[in-house]
Amino acid sequence: MKHIKKRIRREWQMHLMLLPGILLILIFSYIPLYGLVIAFEDYNPGRGFSSPWVGIKHFQFLFSQPNFVRTIWNSLYIAVFKMLGGILTSVVFALLLNELGNKILKRIFQTLIYIPNFLSWVILAGILTDLLAVDGLVNQALQAFGMNPVNFLGSPSIFPWTMILSDIWKGFGFGTVVYLAALTAIDPELYEAARIDGAGRLSQTRYVTLPMLAPTIVLMLVLALGGVMNAGFDQIYNLYAPVVYKTGDIIDTYVYRLGITQAQYSVGTAVGLFKSAISLVLVVSSYKLADKLANYRIF
Amino acid sequence: MKKQKTSVSRKIFLACNYTLLVLVCLSCVLPFVHLFAISLSGRPAVAAGKVTFWPVEFTLSSYEYAFKKGDFMRALGNSLVRTFLGTMINLILMVLTAYPLSKDKSRLMGRNIYMAFFVFTMLFSGGMIPTYLVVSKAGLKDTIWSMILPGALPVYNMIILMNFIRGLPEELQEAARIDGASEFQLLYKVVLPLLKPSLATVGLFCIVGHWNDWFSGIIYLNDRAMYPLATYMQSLLRSFESLMRQAGADYRQLASQINVRTGRAAQLFLGALPVMVVYPFLQKYFTSGLTLGSVKG
Repeated sequence: MKHIKKRIRREWQMHLMLLPGILLILIFSYIPLYGLVIAFEDYNPGRGFSSPWVGIKHFQFLFSQPNFVRTIWNSLYIAVFKMLGGILTSVVFALLLNELGNKILKRIFQTLIYIPNFLSWVILAGILTDLLAVDGLVNQALQAFGMNPVNFLGSPSIFPWTMILSDIWKGFGFGTVVYLAALTAIDPELYEAARIDGAGRLSQTRYVTLPMLAPTIVLMLVLALGGVMNAGFDQIYNLYAPVVYKTGDIIDTYVYRLGITQAQYSVGTAVGLFKSAISLVLVVSSYKLADKLANYRIF
Repeated sequence: MKKQKTSVSRKIFLACNYTLLVLVCLSCVLPFVHLFAISLSGRPAVAAGKVTFWPVEFTLSSYEYAFKKGDFMRALGNSLVRTFLGTMINLILMVLTAYPLSKDKSRLMGRNIYMAFFVFTMLFSGGMIPTYLVVSKAGLKDTIWSMILPGALPVYNMIILMNFIRGLPEELQEAARIDGASEFQLLYKVVLPLLKPSLATVGLFCIVGHWNDWFSGIIYLNDRAMYPLATYMQSLLRSFESLMRQAGADYRQLASQINVRTGRAAQLFLGALPVMVVYPFLQKYFTSGLTLGSVKG
């Protein structure tokens, strides 16, 4: 008891420092966490989070809705291809950039491909809607080469791929920089040894570069795994239209329309809870995997 | 590697490599050039699809329109205020939280419990709707605080900062403690000065985050006059036409010279400009931030 008193006297200032942060997190993270109970209630503005209990009614309703099941599939489809495509593109461009002898040119390329990464999806969506319109620049170019115009944003079969490719386009500059950093850390003596053994450029890449890069690739893959339920709200919300809901509507856009636009708070929360629960499992297992496979710890 | 002689196949490879890299870089730059060209072109030229990467029938009307009609400038001002205020609050809270958490549990009672309290919010959250309901109930709707307080303590960045403080030499703090400095004095006089480079890193994350965030504006603000730039831009994507129709008599003359595409292009370009200008400076920090966050075991 005396011991604790002594510690409090010594440490109270640090506890005081933590107080504002704790209060804010309590209000804006933990109260909403408690608010998830409305997924099992019929939300009533007057009664707030203690509205009438209805059990799993909203979940039963949701899973009987083809629209909802569709959004899960769409989210996974778009997110998985974004993840795989993004990593593949970044690795390839890191390897290609690494072949350049000219340092300045390398730097310029690196800077240019990094630009889209910093702009918000709002601005990029504005640009893409213009570029990818049926009479936009990209289609003008396609027609100049004798191809048929493509309805990038309005055709349900093409829309998911427009999302996947434009997301890779936005993000691969960042990945490339990460892999380039990993490449420069490779011991030059390894290449020397490979050359003495008669390995050409290609074999050097195959037997030295790629194995040395593997831990970084695994790490990035594993960390991306935790985000598989996030198919990109900012991007899709700003580029989609009812025409492409069939293939382009994802969990987050569905929650937004249901919860915020139509004010169906309980059903919207049920969808959100479903997503958060799966995400939790994915994030925890991806951190575990990252620790095991790449010896990487965030905390 | 330079010693290797350049074979024919190597030359072919390099030629292809350069071509490919140049093409890819162009794909990252040309969209912005196109946007810029459209923003500087005349209405008929744009409508006829004559503009590619160079302005046709050069005019500044679209920019004049953006600057004269109050919305854009007001949104820019809102964004500056929000980004400044939001980032300041982020930084203060991050420092105040990261410093005690950087001690181990023998120096701070309950340290691991505190840590778990913060980390858990990264793993599991109430999601969009309960958060929206809490912010509304708290009476923050239609105030700037709805965009600042819910994310006032960015936990991930706070952990980056905490890891950095842990890397600082203990001796200085210990010496000050023996001299009778309180923890607040210690944080302010000893730790904070050493923290500047990493504060710059996490500060930039916060600045870009606030600047680019449009969503909280959309859901929490009903009054368009309060929109920050990103939210204003987002609303432009869908409703530029109707906005132009509402343009008062003073602007009707100007509005007749521009069309939806040129007007929108000019405003998108202006919105992208601040980030594009500071971005070469940010680049360095973003990659260093990535390595700061990791503790290799």
